[in-house]
Amino acid sequence: MGLEAKLTQDGFITTTIDAVVGWARKSSVWPMPMGISCCAIEMIAAADPKYDIARFGSEVMRFTPRQCDLMIVAGTVTFKMAQVVRRIYDQMPDPKWVIAMGACTSSGGMYRSYNVVQGIDQFLPVDVYTAGCPPRPENLLNALMTIQEKIGKTRARDFQNRSLKELELLQK
Amino acid sequence: MNLKELITDKVIEKFGTALEEVSDFRDDICLTVSSDQIVAIGKFLKDDSDLQFITCKDITAIDWGTRKKRFTAVYHIYSFKLNCTLRIKANIDADPPAIETVTSVWRSADWYERETFDMYGIKFTNHPDLRRMYMPEGFEHHPLRKDFPVIGIPGSLPLPHQAE
Repeated sequence: MGLEAKLTQDGFITTTIDAVVGWARKSSVWPMPMGISCCAIEMIAAADPKYDIARFGSEVMRFTPRQCDLMIVAGTVTFKMAQVVRRIYDQMPDPKWVIAMGACTSSGGMYRSYNVVQGIDQFLPVDVYTAGCPPRPENLLNALMTIQEKIGKTRARDFQNRSLKELELLQK
Repeated sequence: MNLKELITDKVIEKFGTALEEVSDFRDDICLTVSSDQIVAIGKFLKDDSDLQFITCKDITAIDWGTRKKRFTAVYHIYSFKLNCTLRIKANIDADPPAIETVTSVWRSADWYERETFDMYGIKFTNHPDLRRMYMPEGFEHHPLRKDFPVIGIPGSLPLPHQAE
């Protein structure tokens, strides 16, 4: 009893706005590929036909933050780059989510050093951390599915009337 | 006459005691020179028709920690004519550490000296644009010095503001 069968019979389905909006949101998560170092290669691999991130509706890697819902921070974030990452995150429209991909972004990884931020959660609200150095594409897809689960639970009205705190920061 | 003799003879003839030491480890020739003569010696090595060390491959420094002359500037130069890489070392007397720039001899020295300044805090006097190379502007420390902790100094590098 699929959706198509219903359509041929002029049928209708009942659901809630929240369910439809949540389903739509989670099925078209457009990533912002913040590929800073080697994790980016695995992120690209996740988009290729073998792993095929398009199965999850996330094949549209947008290189402009204005069209993105999900930031995949893939790579070592230095203190200098942290400013850039945060600025790009601020430019993404709400609602938005963040994947910290790999050991470097999650905790600084092997770069226990003066120039690397020891975990991007010091300046970004991270939703999912991905283990690995670099994580395999399956692991990234798993992170994406976890995010989708989280997005599916959002309600339609969750992101209404949000004050743009980022805007104030940008104007400072 | 081998390369080492050719180079040392020429430098001694011209500069005498400014050449403090010559070492040769597995055909890796290294001249230790007096730091106030570095530009003159560099210019000679570059312009001499038998040597022609026209390429400056790298400039870095050594921090000896507790030694009296704490910093040594290290120059790697290359001659296509001789197919030879020469290392020049200059122990720096000045405190705070400073040495004359060699950008007038090799233009490529510009960024190498900026990097060395950034990492060791050695001031290259008369450098055309001595700004930091890697670390952000406004950073107060010099990371490759022995007294700088590897993990850094907390709060010395600013993070972006968090909106939430």
